[in-house]
Formats: sequence, C-alpha cells, structure tokens
Amino acid sequence: MILRTLIAFVLAGTAAAALGQATPLPPSGAGAPPPPVEGGLDVTVSDESEWQDLGIAIPGFTTDRDVATPAGQTAPLGRQLGEVITADLRNNGLFKPTGPSALPAIAYSDVTAPQFGIWRGRGADMLVHGFVRAGGDGRLTVGCYLYDVALGTELARQGYVVAPAEWRRAAHKCADMVYSRLSGESPFFDSKIAYIAETGPKNRRVKRLAIMDSDGANHRFITNGQATALTPRYSPDYRSIVYLSYVQGNPRIYVYDIGSGRQRLVTQSRNPTFAPRWSPDGRWILYAMAVGGNTDIYRVSSAGGGEPRRLTTDPGIDVGGSVSPDGTKIVFESDRSGSQQCYVMNADGSDQRRVSFFGGRCATPEWSPRGDQIAFTNAGNFKIAVMSPSGGSVRTLTDGWQDEAPTWSPNGRIIQFFRTERGSGRAALWQVDLTGRNLRRLRTPVDASDPAWGPVLP
Amino acid sequence: MIRASAPLTALLLSVALAACSKKPPEQLPPAPEGTGQETTDDTGLDNTGAPVPGSQADFVASVASDTIYFDTDRYNVDSADAATLQSQAQWLARYPGARVTIEGHADERGTRDYNLALGERRANAAKTYLVGLGVGAERVTTVSYGKERPVALGSDESSWARNRRAVTVTVQ
Repeated sequence: MILRTLIAFVLAGTAAAALGQATPLPPSGAGAPPPPVEGGLDVTVSDESEWQDLGIAIPGFTTDRDVATPAGQTAPLGRQLGEVITADLRNNGLFKPTGPSALPAIAYSDVTAPQFGIWRGRGADMLVHGFVRAGGDGRLTVGCYLYDVALGTELARQGYVVAPAEWRRAAHKCADMVYSRLSGESPFFDSKIAYIAETGPKNRRVKRLAIMDSDGANHRFITNGQATALTPRYSPDYRSIVYLSYVQGNPRIYVYDIGSGRQRLVTQSRNPTFAPRWSPDGRWILYAMAVGGNTDIYRVSSAGGGEPRRLTTDPGIDVGGSVSPDGTKIVFESDRSGSQQCYVMNADGSDQRRVSFFGGRCATPEWSPRGDQIAFTNAGNFKIAVMSPSGGSVRTLTDGWQDEAPTWSPNGRIIQFFRTERGSGRAALWQVDLTGRNLRRLRTPVDASDPAWGPVLP
Repeated sequence: MIRASAPLTALLLSVALAACSKKPPEQLPPAPEGTGQETTDDTGLDNTGAPVPGSQADFVASVASDTIYFDTDRYNVDSADAATLQSQAQWLARYPGARVTIEGHADERGTRDYNLALGERRANAAKTYLVGLGVGAERVTTVSYGKERPVALGSDESSWARNRRAVTVTVQ
C-alpha cells in the first residue's frame, strides 16, 4: 500500500536533491537561488501568540496549459490544490492562511517571480505559489514555492510527480513543506487516520473500521458493520491495521492486511484480547489479554507466530501499553493501586513504576512520537491531558463532557481524541494542539470514535 | 427466591422431554453479532406459550433474575447478587445439559479498554460464584462487551447503575 508514485524533488536553498526522473523546478527570480534565509523567521515556538498573526496568502495554483486529466482540468485543479493547502494550514494555531477564494489568481510566470508589492499591500507575511502541469506520461507535476513577502525572498521549494488520483497528496506535501519551514516542526499533513465509524441507536450501535486522509478526504469503510469493531491502529508502514473485532462472538485482536483484505488473529488463544498497539518500529504488537478475569499486558511479534511474552503479572487490570519512540520503555495503565493510574516499565516488563500522582485517574496513555510527552485520558473527569514521561507538568487540554482515547499526530504536535455527547452517546473526532488553545472537530461522514494517526507517508 | 419447584419425578420427565423434543428447524437468520440476549435460537416457548423446560424462556421465568449489578469500578458479588446466582445455579442443576454464557458489561463513564477488562472481571466473578455452587466450569463461558451494549440509555446515575451488570444467557 505504500504509494510509490509520488516522487518529491527538493531544491530549497543550497540543498539540491532531485529524486527520481522529476524535472528540477525553475528557481525563483533570476540567477542563482537565494541563500538560505536565517533571519526574519526565527520566531520561537514557545510563544504561540505571535504565530497567530503570521498571515499566509495561498492563491490558487496556476497551470501552463488548462488540459483535461483524470483529476479534472488542470486550471480548476490548481485552485483545489490551493484550497487543500489552506485547509491544512488553518486550525493548527500557527498560521492565518487565506485561500484561493479570497485572493486574485496568479499568472504562470508569477510562480517564480511573485509580485511582492501586491501581497505586501494585502498584509500577507508569507506567500505560497505553485503550479500544476499535466505530464506526457499521464502524471501530474506540482510545484510548490514558499516566499517571505517582507524580504521578497524564496524560503523553500518542492516539486511532486503524482498519479492524478493522488493529487491531494501533492497538496498535503506542499502544506507540510510550508508548515515545517515556518514552524521548525516535523511535517504531518501527508498521513492517514484509522478510526471507528458509528451509526445506529445507543444500545445497538454499529461500529465499522474506516480509514481516511488526515483531512478527512478519501474516506473508506473497511468492515461492513456485521461485527463490532473497536480501537484500530495503523501499522507504521501502513500495510496493516490492528484492531479489535467481535467477528467470532468474542473480543479478539486481528491484524488486517490492507492490500489483500485478509486478517488473522494476533495470537491464538481462547482468551479475550484487546487494546492493541504497535511498537514504533512495527516489530511488536502490545495487547491486553484477560485470563480468568485478570487482564495483563503481553507483546507478540507482528510478523505472526512466536510465543507471546507476558509483561505484567499483577492481579489488577493492566491495559493499554504504549511504547516510547526509542523502544526502550512502555507506559500503561493499571488499577493495581485502587484506581486507574499510569505506570512506566522497561520494554521487557521490568522496573514497573507508577508515574501519575496528579490526583485524577490516568488512563489510555500514549507516548508522543517526540518522546517528551505522554497524552492520556483523565478518567476522573474525562478530559484529555498531557504530562512528562516522569508524570510531571500535567496540563489539561480539553473540556468536553466525555473526551477520551488521545493519539498523536506523527509530529507530536496535535492530539486527536473522541468526544462523546451526554445522553445521545454520539461520538465525534476532535483535534487539539499542545497548547490546548486550538481545538477543532474533524468532520466524518458518520459519527466516529477511536481515532489513530499513522506516520507521515513515505 | 426460587419459584415453586416441581416434584422430582416431573422434573426428570421434563428433562427427558426437553432432551427429546425437537427444536424448530433453524431457519431463522443468525442473531446479530454481539447483541447479547439474542443468542438463543428460538423463543423458548411451546405451542401454548409456556416456556419449554430448559430453554432461555424457562431460565428467565425460573430464576430470580438473569442479571446481577455492580458498583462503579467494582466486581464483587454482594448478597443480593449471591441470591440471584444461587437461583441460577439451581436451575443449572435441574438441567445438567444446559450451558450458559455470562456477559459482562460496564457503564459509559469509563474508557473503552478498561471497560472491556472490567466487563471481563464481572463476568468472571459471576462465573466463579456459580462454579463455587457446583456448576461445572466447562458449562459457563464469559464474554465482555465493555460499554458497548447498554440497556439503559440515559447519561445519569440510575442508567449507569443498570448498565454495570453481568447477564446470564443460556446457550442452546
């Protein structure tokens, strides 16, 4: 399932790296590419309020010739590219993007020679220009340029060669370039989300495994709803999804292969298994298994076969392990002390220590991909919170009636979770950034729960 | 707690009849996945509308209750639960061929994974109690639905109390 048709070529600053058979992008302005810009954008990430004012103008991408492609005419397609980029950059709290609908169109020649005067007059700090071209081989070439309007210089430039069906990925890659260049953070827009689509009344909820792009596009149901599906997680290589299904009447974890559509039990056992999680390197699957009513955490090779290894032996409920990015530690929840609390242990199960002492209940801990934070559900008040791996600096980020099950964006900057409505029990996906100030609902075709982000696509 | 028990001879006869009686052809569509109570494959009623001895309908009509309830985050069997489970054990003693599944449930005010584990604990607590009363462990299976199958649909204390439960269902 790895999409190999997308080829990126980067020619930003002095680092020239042309991949595949892509044509190098024309440089902006005349002569040599400008030197890397060091000044002007050294805004510190810690002061979020300043970022709110960073206006980015994103007019529709232009084209050399308006021709028909399987993704539509290239002229309207260029406009759509600009719209997808604008939507990506909005709502994460860092930028104020303005999209094609509110901006004048640009000429093809403007892409490499922007009319900075016009954009200064509009108060834009940053400017994104781009083009889409239909290639002779049926593929599309999309060019993406980022300019600093005040300085009148190019900051970054990338080009992508994509199959027409994957044009949105070019937009996400462009948004990722802009986001990364301006924030210093790792990209995350070109990624996918697995979640559970919910329909039906509260006492007979139909729950289906579904996937979509990070912005909700390219939605697809994977299971038909005959059996309740819960708690999916994308494998780090996007080839499979591990999730819980009642397909055989009892809760069991299956590894669903996206390419073949086949699935297998994560482990052969008569006991119920649930709460599956991948290790960051994809080699292991952590899960919980209840034996005679006692739930403990196990790990098993994701390749199939091999003996599961039991990591906890406590008589309490031990569930929901999440592996640190370096693979050495596991954070999990346990009620061995009387209420749900978070514990950290070594990857082999040794040295189990409680880390949460903030006075609430710590459940569903998830280690950030950056390693410096653990997100969790405060099961005392059902808010999403973060803490340091040692349990300090607890910060509550949400305020719904029932918010639970946080998972991280690939760059560790955004937390996704689901919010359940009091009474109706209807659930929806929400995202909040690490400051807690930028909260938004992610639209889905039907109600939704248990969201899990995959990594940035290769 | 127990309904009027029939003389032993009648009991044995009914067991024999139940064993011989042919169930209707299983032409009904299979019960929807994981809907709990609907795991029986017939109504358990005979032509006159009376429960067929040994059936799910007979079980429900004969025992104090098919359901026991738990406090928040707890899974202990209290005295009221014990009386209910004793009536279930007596029915199971009457029908030694009968098998049951105990479904464990939790209320909505818990995280999903924890509630699956909690439902498993509750179902097993009920099972352990039945086995302690002499019911063969091989006759009792368990399944946890966590918070996925509430019977009370409100978001209030009384609804949550009704949803924290373990339900015994006969397996046909």
